[in-house]
Amino acid sequence: MTRITGGLIDRSQTLNFTFDGKRYAGHPGDTLASALLANGVRLMGRSFKYHRPRGVVAAGSEEPNALVTVGSGARATPNTRATVVELFDGLQATSQNRWPSLAVDALGVNDLLSPFFAAGFYYKTFMWPKSFWEKLYEPIIRRAAGLGKLPMQADPDAYDKGYLHCDLLVIGGGAAGLAAALTAARAGAQVVLADEDFRLGGRLLAESHALDDAPPTDWLAGVTAELRSLPNLRILTRTTVFGAYDHGIYGAVEHVSDHLAEPGGRVRQTLWRITAKRSLLAAGAIERHIPFANNDRPGVMLAGAMRAYANRWAVTPQARDGDRVAIFANNDDGHRTALDLMARGVPIFGVIDPREDAPRLGECQLFAGGQVTGTQGRLGLSSIRIAHQGRNDWYECAALGVSGGWNPNLHLAAHHRGRPVWDDALQAFVPGPDGPPGLCAIGAAAGQGTTAAALASGAKGAQDALRDLGIAASLPDLPVAEDHSAPPAPIWHVPGPGRAWVDFQNDVTVKDIALAHRENMRSVEHMKRWTTLGMATDQGKTANVTALAVMAELTGQSIPQTGTTVFRPPYTPVAISALSGGDPGTHFKPTRLTPTHHWAAERGAVFIESGQWMRAQYYPRPGETHWRQSVDREAQAVRAGVGICDVTTLGKIDVQGGDAAAFLDRLYANTMSTLKVGRVRYGLMLREDGFVYDDGTCARLAQDHFVVTTTTANAGLVYRNMEFARQGLWPDLDVQIISTTDAWAQIAVAGPKSRALLERVVDDADLSNEAFPFMACDTLTVCGGLRARLFRISFSGELAYELAVPARYGAALMDRLMAKGADLGVVPYGLEALNVLRIEKGHCTAAEVNGQTTAQMLGLGRMVSQKKDALGVVLSRREGLVGERRALVGLMPADPATPLVGGAHLFTAGAAQKTETDQGWITSVCYSPHLNSHIGLGFLENGADRLGEEITAANPLAGTDVTVRVVSPHFLDPEGGRLRD
Amino acid sequence: MRFSGFRVVKEALTGHKGWKPLWRDPDPQPAYDIVIVGGGGHGLATAYYLANTFDKPRVAVLEKGWLGGGNIGRNTTIVRSNYLLPGNQPFYEFSLKLWEGLEQEFNFNAMMSQRGILNLIHSDAQRDAYRRRGNAMLLSGADAELLDLAAVRDMYPFLNFDNARFPIRGGLLQRRAGTARHDAVAWGFARGADLAGVDLIQNCEVTGFRIENGTVKGVETTRGYVGAGKVGVAVAGSTTRVMEKAGLRLPIESQGLQAFVSEGLKPAIDGVITFGAGHFYISQSDKGGLVFGGDIESYNSYAQRGNLPVVEDVMECGMAMLPGIGRARVLRSWGGIMDMTMDGSPIIDRTPVQGLYLNGGWCYGGFKATPASGYTFAHLLATDTPHPVTTAMRLDRFERGHLIDEKGAGAQPNLH
Amino acid sequence: MIIPHPLLGPRDSQEFTIMGDAKLLARPDGLADGAEAAFFDYLYLRDNPAGLHRELWYHEQGDRSWLVVTRDTLTHEILGAELASDVARRLAEGAA
Repeated sequence: MTRITGGLIDRSQTLNFTFDGKRYAGHPGDTLASALLANGVRLMGRSFKYHRPRGVVAAGSEEPNALVTVGSGARATPNTRATVVELFDGLQATSQNRWPSLAVDALGVNDLLSPFFAAGFYYKTFMWPKSFWEKLYEPIIRRAAGLGKLPMQADPDAYDKGYLHCDLLVIGGGAAGLAAALTAARAGAQVVLADEDFRLGGRLLAESHALDDAPPTDWLAGVTAELRSLPNLRILTRTTVFGAYDHGIYGAVEHVSDHLAEPGGRVRQTLWRITAKRSLLAAGAIERHIPFANNDRPGVMLAGAMRAYANRWAVTPQARDGDRVAIFANNDDGHRTALDLMARGVPIFGVIDPREDAPRLGECQLFAGGQVTGTQGRLGLSSIRIAHQGRNDWYECAALGVSGGWNPNLHLAAHHRGRPVWDDALQAFVPGPDGPPGLCAIGAAAGQGTTAAALASGAKGAQDALRDLGIAASLPDLPVAEDHSAPPAPIWHVPGPGRAWVDFQNDVTVKDIALAHRENMRSVEHMKRWTTLGMATDQGKTANVTALAVMAELTGQSIPQTGTTVFRPPYTPVAISALSGGDPGTHFKPTRLTPTHHWAAERGAVFIESGQWMRAQYYPRPGETHWRQSVDREAQAVRAGVGICDVTTLGKIDVQGGDAAAFLDRLYANTMSTLKVGRVRYGLMLREDGFVYDDGTCARLAQDHFVVTTTTANAGLVYRNMEFARQGLWPDLDVQIISTTDAWAQIAVAGPKSRALLERVVDDADLSNEAFPFMACDTLTVCGGLRARLFRISFSGELAYELAVPARYGAALMDRLMAKGADLGVVPYGLEALNVLRIEKGHCTAAEVNGQTTAQMLGLGRMVSQKKDALGVVLSRREGLVGERRALVGLMPADPATPLVGGAHLFTAGAAQKTETDQGWITSVCYSPHLNSHIGLGFLENGADRLGEEITAANPLAGTDVTVRVVSPHFLDPEGGRLRD
Repeated sequence: MRFSGFRVVKEALTGHKGWKPLWRDPDPQPAYDIVIVGGGGHGLATAYYLANTFDKPRVAVLEKGWLGGGNIGRNTTIVRSNYLLPGNQPFYEFSLKLWEGLEQEFNFNAMMSQRGILNLIHSDAQRDAYRRRGNAMLLSGADAELLDLAAVRDMYPFLNFDNARFPIRGGLLQRRAGTARHDAVAWGFARGADLAGVDLIQNCEVTGFRIENGTVKGVETTRGYVGAGKVGVAVAGSTTRVMEKAGLRLPIESQGLQAFVSEGLKPAIDGVITFGAGHFYISQSDKGGLVFGGDIESYNSYAQRGNLPVVEDVMECGMAMLPGIGRARVLRSWGGIMDMTMDGSPIIDRTPVQGLYLNGGWCYGGFKATPASGYTFAHLLATDTPHPVTTAMRLDRFERGHLIDEKGAGAQPNLH
Repeated sequence: MIIPHPLLGPRDSQEFTIMGDAKLLARPDGLADGAEAAFFDYLYLRDNPAGLHRELWYHEQGDRSWLVVTRDTLTHEILGAELASDVARRLAEGAA
């Protein structure tokens, strides 16, 4: 209907799409916005606050109004700017923030109530009665707010992440960017050229003026072909560089298949992390509008956008052919739109230019010194009012192009918080000198807005950037191009009684800015926050500078004195899926499997996460219907016979060297240098602040060779800390360390029959109590020659060993142990039984050693040697640590059948329960099948002196109190006879 | 001028001509009884309570930039009292109770909304730790509920229940927690302080302290010398830079924290949810933006911006918890300077310089503390004795070993 | 960020873990008189400069070197990196 000839669309193909369920057709090369315009659709959205009917304002990513939801179901993507959606066959678009329909929106009533909704009104009311805020006012506000609707279903699409490295990153593929890329690529530099559009050319695609006497598309075709032929240049179209980060790293998102009806196997989007030695910002400029009364109707758009729609997409802005179009501009560039439209047969009835000396540039009526002061048209522009030479008359007008000048698109140049600087000649902010290191702006982004200047500054910018890198580049022959600089007159808005929109999407008008001024919200940040200016999805790209100028006018300050708000990534909104890499499901973090994982899985083990590890929790047998049955059986089997358990996840660190013993003396609070070869010692490691860091064992395999173990949770941290001590504190010690956690499968063999079982797999070794007593260790072979390490250590309190073999033999060792021990009743046991066994013995795990625990609390205060300098010893002597009176105790419920819960708090029996009377808490609980009672461990105020006392374990969350008796944490065999036999 | 619905209607009908400045822009007087350095949330709240509760009207707030321009101007707006340790929890519960009456008190709608905070639980050990915490909350007079999996699923059916690396097993819920409109909190305190006679002085940077015989006499500023009976410093990320001018070194490092907001969306997430298997928390604002954040940047920084690794980590955690937010777009990120202490807890105390008081070290949790921080700091400045809920928040606790280490992470700020 | 590893060249900061102020290399003597005060200062007090900061980075996903990186906390510019062990040796010799 309003499609004209020419343009960069492929009329040989038709693409069908729907908007609000209605079918339309467009062509390859169209955006959703251009196709809707071509179909005579001007009403595309509703504004945020007043639900005003809105049409498209811009032709690029700065669009504030035309936001739609694209797609449906789990793929519905709300708040998508119609101006950047590349049309494809089958595209479904839906309007937003309206009910029941876009044309008839009930909340349009907000517009009538707008006097009540002035800037900041909600901070002044909705406070009475108090309960009404959450019950009434806020739910209404929340329902009315928001734009599109998120499906809240898992994103079904795939995403990718990638790294790129280059000498030069060129951000933007318009005149300046192409000249730069050409210059750099011809010089052999590694170049990445990124542009958010699906077609290279930038503003050249939207203009009619010649390059070397030919249409700009001719030159573009030649340059694009050459660039595509160069192997050292990578072109990324549909790619937005959204953030400038440190050290030349840029974030960019490539829309790989958003534009395809059938993505095939392709990901939807790719996050690129581009590391560039130098970068050129060639992001062009964004046109600003001139606020006047009711300037937000569909049909009022930026003059440059109007020109782009006509030249690139062959669409005119009015709903019907023959309808009259006008231009309102304070600069010469705006007049070009009139000229281009007239050349394409569009009736232009006039150009309104507030400059008294406005030039006459074409054969249409010129309202020099005139202003547009009003509009009419319910869902689309029908007439405008022009104040000119003392008259204020209405004119029929179906579309109005507005140009208030151009703002260099300097966003990325300010991502390191360097502020833009004001250029009075250009009447615009340009990039300041303190932008991201290595980044330089060229072309219109640097205020070099004519085509000739953009081309030249692009080529020169690339040459300069490469010179920094030691690469000589010669300037290419550039085409002859227009060079008419057209800075705007400083006319920022049309004063008057009506509402004149500055920020379209968030409905911020000149009056709102005036109100912010009246209420002393005058600093730019206060103005922004008070009025919500620039906080919509377009981040005020078409609004912010205009608003600053209005505020400057009110305060009498200059625009640069008024200042700008902060520019922050992302340049345009980026999908969370793209930044995250998509829905990770179970791949969120690596999954570590023990060497016996599959072995355990085959036996029906139930697994549980333990950090990144998966560990066997218990091994249910047929007939066992509750996990406790399995766990009780496994624990009892260990105490009665023998059980085997994979403990590979404990950290294992190999420590070697002439000073290995001296090194360990400095790491552990207790002394290791006196340990004899072939022996193991419990090790207590403090943090430098004196709290317990970790515990484990140190085994001395040779004079200069130790193997130390850590808890599962702290394996990485302890190793890191040991490396710090080795490299950073005592670099002259002769010691080397390496983590061997994954190299060795380590199997606990525990129970009174563990020796009998091990004697059947160990080659020629004497395991008698005399030859291999408690806390002995040795390197030996098992199963006929397999190298192994054997440690007689016990976490269960039984006669027990840990046997380590190279990791790949872990499962085979389990098989062998099960086979050799069948007659001994050997069972595999899991993490739960391990936990029962250790609680019965009062051994600690992460529940007790949680970073807030002192050695004293664990009853290990005397292990901290005061005779040597080791990590944490000095600061463990501080008053607060020494004065700590809570101590580890065992707890047994008065009624053995009453379960205890971890996290219950402890109180003197009968005491009031509050923070001030709190005496401790329960850390670990289990059911002890050996004591036939639930039991627990906990920290209790003066616990060591309260054995036998009955206290209260309170769990207010469940409203329960349990009477418990304080006992030794060593519930079983407190003398330790069993493990020494 | 009192704000009210009536007033809004009246002004609407008369062209909004009657609105007055929210606060004056006075020039600094030669001297004040009390000078507060820092016009952020905590400084403004301190001035508000000094003037309105402790009857100390001769107070000035000196702000180097614009009022509310620090971390109260950019945060994730969460208000809660779900701490573990007795040195912290009563303070935050006191704060939450102040929040509950704040808007009526200072006659400004800060949109405090008790939408609840749910901390997800992913393991048995985590459940025990949260049970200990929930019980500590109840014992302090706060509210807490331990939810099982079914209750969590009822509340937020769109969480990742079926395909998670670390399955959700329950949650700790505090219903009285919620969110507030962060800027409005600063403005409400500022306006209330101004109405009570406090001079709020913007664009006035403190460049030094005048200290004689170990006693502070006043401050040097970019707008001249200002005498003071007492000086209270509440400058968050700039704490060490300011206190250095008084010759003090502190157990604080300044690090960056990023946060994010999405484009506006129709209501989907009712309350605040935190992930238990990574650093991530999210809520949805009344305007419809998803507001979320995660880990700190971990390196010292005054740059007020962050880098991509944390951006990606936050988004990965978010998707692991809420795979339905993937097609929402991040609209804006921001970065603030966090005054990270060595135990992760704040300092409200006197200093070795007589008359100089410190309120700082809020790490990345200062917003929820704003009312109580102001109230208790005002109490300390006015009475020279610590308020009962801040007795543990002493400056010398590091030296004496009375740490308030909620995470048990030790003396490494970037782990808190 | 990009860390100029003295052995491996430029590496992405994601390979590293950060611990903070490099003053932690200057660990006091735990057996000396006044060790408690010295350790309090060592472990807890920070200059926290706005400007050049020497700090510890650990190449955890790499060669496990601890580095001392000199970085500007206002701009994040990195002026250099050296092995923590080299710095520690110089400290021990009293030269740093």
